[in-house]
Amino acid sequence: MSPSRPSSVILDEEFLPIRAKLLEIAAALDRIDRACGKDPQLDPREQQLASAIKLLQSDEPARAEKIQRIFSLEYDEAWMTKYRIERAR
Amino acid sequence: MYYIDPHIHMVSRTTDDYETLAKMGCVAVSEPAFWAGYDRGSVHGFRDYFEQLTGFEPKRSMWYGIQHFTWLCINAKEAENVSLAREVISMIPEFLSRPGVLGIGEIGLNKNTRNEAIVFLEHVDLAMKTDEQILIHTPHLADKYAGTRMILDMLCDDQRINRERVLVDHVEEHTIRHVLDAGFWAGMTLYPVSKCTPARAADMVEIFGPERLLVNSAGDWGPSKPTAVPDFILEMRRRGRSESEIQRIVYDNPLMFFGQSRNFVFTPPDNAVGKPC
Repeated sequence: MSPSRPSSVILDEEFLPIRAKLLEIAAALDRIDRACGKDPQLDPREQQLASAIKLLQSDEPARAEKIQRIFSLEYDEAWMTKYRIERAR
Repeated sequence: MYYIDPHIHMVSRTTDDYETLAKMGCVAVSEPAFWAGYDRGSVHGFRDYFEQLTGFEPKRSMWYGIQHFTWLCINAKEAENVSLAREVISMIPEFLSRPGVLGIGEIGLNKNTRNEAIVFLEHVDLAMKTDEQILIHTPHLADKYAGTRMILDMLCDDQRINRERVLVDHVEEHTIRHVLDAGFWAGMTLYPVSKCTPARAADMVEIFGPERLLVNSAGDWGPSKPTAVPDFILEMRRRGRSESEIQRIVYDNPLMFFGQSRNFVFTPPDNAVGKPC
């Protein structure tokens, strides 16, 4: 199903919501920075957030899919062997 | 527009929700067996639950002209107790011939453990031996990608499975391609925070097309929105999609998938005696 609208129309609709979401992210990151008792070691979740934000700045397609993968555990192709599960008939 | 919610846990919802769904055009729901929010203590608890799903709930839904269908299983969240899971799996056939029972579901993985995989495979084996359709739950958040791939590994390994009779639910941007490319049906769940929004679901329809794709609310006892499918319809209309394109996703596709179940007896709303509100 091909896209039905030009980018300018989508931008008209999405500009303010995107702006609002970016401000929410900025404010949440500021809140974390301002917090008392911040752990000097980087929390791995902060690293995930940083990687996702960096990906937003790229021109690559499928950003949503790639950000999902940043927040995902790795898939191990050998999981059945590790779990001692017999392959089906 | 008439629509069908192919995944919603109505036993957790109020009668007011049924009335709202009916007013919004919902003509049928399919309700997979689900975790109650606590682990049930015995097989008797599941038997009572299956009685509710196959007995009272269809009556309650018909008070509002909504046809109710269901799927039976022990949920992945309770699969760590393998002996209880086996008791439940052996009891399920008592209910499989009841009206409105569409198959085995929602089976799947939760934290992607060995016991969950064992119980999943035993459910699949039951479905194959009884010629039932399967509805699958995929894990949430960080576990979703690996869990979905593991589920697909198990399904694709079993040569008995007709992939067109299996629905893999809760797909998102990183899992939908794997499910559709393997030949299964895919369900997008519109759920606050942990799953998908109407706009992202509409994006996935634009990217992957409408074939073998469903949209559901998965409304349950947690923060969820039973009217999420109408939200999707509105989003698609906002994008200028035709009524027939939208109807395919929210009405025609569920009918096509459910129609493969011997217990799916559906009365189209235009033929019903006494239409819903």
